[in-house]
Amino acid sequence: MTELLIKGTFDTLYIVSMSTLFALLGGLPIGVLLTVWKKDGISPFVYGEKLLSGIVNTVRSIPFIILIIALFPFTRLIVGRSYGIQASIVALVVGAIPFVARLVESALAEVDEGLIKAAITMGATPWQIVSKVYVVESVPALIRLVSLTMITLVGYAAMAGVVGGGGLGDIAIRYGLHRYQTDIMLITIVIMVIMVQLIQSGFNFIANRLDRRRA
Amino acid sequence: MIRIEKLTKTYKNDQSRLVALNNVSATIEQGEFLGIIGSSGAGKSTLIRHLSLIEKPDDGTIWLEDVDLFQLKGRDLLRMRRQLGIVFQGYHLLEQKNVFDNIAFPLQLVHTDKAKVKDRVEELISLVGLSGKAHAFPAQLSGGQKQRVAIARALASSPSLLLCDEPTSALDVVTTKSILDLLVEIHRKTNVTIVIITHEISVVKAVCQRVIVMNEGSFVEDGSVKQIFSAPQHEMTKLLLSYQEGLL
Repeated sequence: MTELLIKGTFDTLYIVSMSTLFALLGGLPIGVLLTVWKKDGISPFVYGEKLLSGIVNTVRSIPFIILIIALFPFTRLIVGRSYGIQASIVALVVGAIPFVARLVESALAEVDEGLIKAAITMGATPWQIVSKVYVVESVPALIRLVSLTMITLVGYAAMAGVVGGGGLGDIAIRYGLHRYQTDIMLITIVIMVIMVQLIQSGFNFIANRLDRRRA
Repeated sequence: MIRIEKLTKTYKNDQSRLVALNNVSATIEQGEFLGIIGSSGAGKSTLIRHLSLIEKPDDGTIWLEDVDLFQLKGRDLLRMRRQLGIVFQGYHLLEQKNVFDNIAFPLQLVHTDKAKVKDRVEELISLVGLSGKAHAFPAQLSGGQKQRVAIARALASSPSLLLCDEPTSALDVVTTKSILDLLVEIHRKTNVTIVIITHEISVVKAVCQRVIVMNEGSFVEDGSVKQIFSAPQHEMTKLLLSYQEGLL
């Protein structure tokens, strides 16, 4: 049983880290586009922004458990089957990209608008404004966003367990729910609580170290 | 030489029409130290947005030597923007970068050689009196020090025009004096054209050679500081002067 729980823990960590990684790769550029394409953004493209924003809202409004099932054909196409660790990563990434995109958008909105204007008057290209101003200035916010995404995905990954997604959620449902082994259920909860605490405090520590805005 | 030629800008929406710049013209010679003064709503901010090339006029234009600034597009526009140094009221520094990197920013935009950047930035740090602060972050600096960083950054690419938008309005009297002294020193050393836009008459009196008074989108007076402030013609100039006396 201990072995099963250890494996479950590592599976969850693997699922969460991989899907966070891919969700960031997808969500970061979308969040940037949502920012720069705005009417008063640095590279306005209102129709593009509206379309992208609509897609993001649509995916975000689908309950995750429904999304996993709706994605079965797509998941099968990508990883060959619709259950297991790989399959839950696919569903988690699709579900988390819009979430990350909105978080990135709000992180970038915190950057001093006057600084953006200043960079424009200094002759910075839109790409330079994104890479040297927006991203650099929001590093602490982006780090906190990684922890927020990971924590959300710990919860989502457990939901993926319902459809045999692997990890702690899967164990909690198979042993805790279907076989009435409440102790197993409790242990998985404790492990997840610890996991969330560690992620939160670890990333907060890094974000604070990198935040130069305090004297 | 900068020539502002019949510059006109009107902001419209469904209910109202605001003439922010009403057919204004002026010539600024290379090496001049000019103050543009007016109360809020006089059109100063609109003028700055045009001088800093982030807004286009409805009519008229600005010439820099023989270049029509509003005909510039793409790379030429970026290149021209890099030749203008601008200092803002709110500093607008990169909070996540130290003094050195903030001043180096305009140079890095054009991929200047690292050794050259280092020399230039060190020279500027000492010019603005921030020696020893190269590795400090903006959050660790006072308002006056932040404005010094902003001035150094504006000068980094050796602009022909230094445009200062209310550079001292967020600072106390003593710090204002030190920043103005610094601008005078920079003007003397580099002969860069300096244009200060402000609502504070004391600033213009302290440092400028020439002043333009703005009111309701027009230039209502233009001449030497001495002449205009000793014999003000326009009501707005008289009003600005009377407030100044009232405060003292």
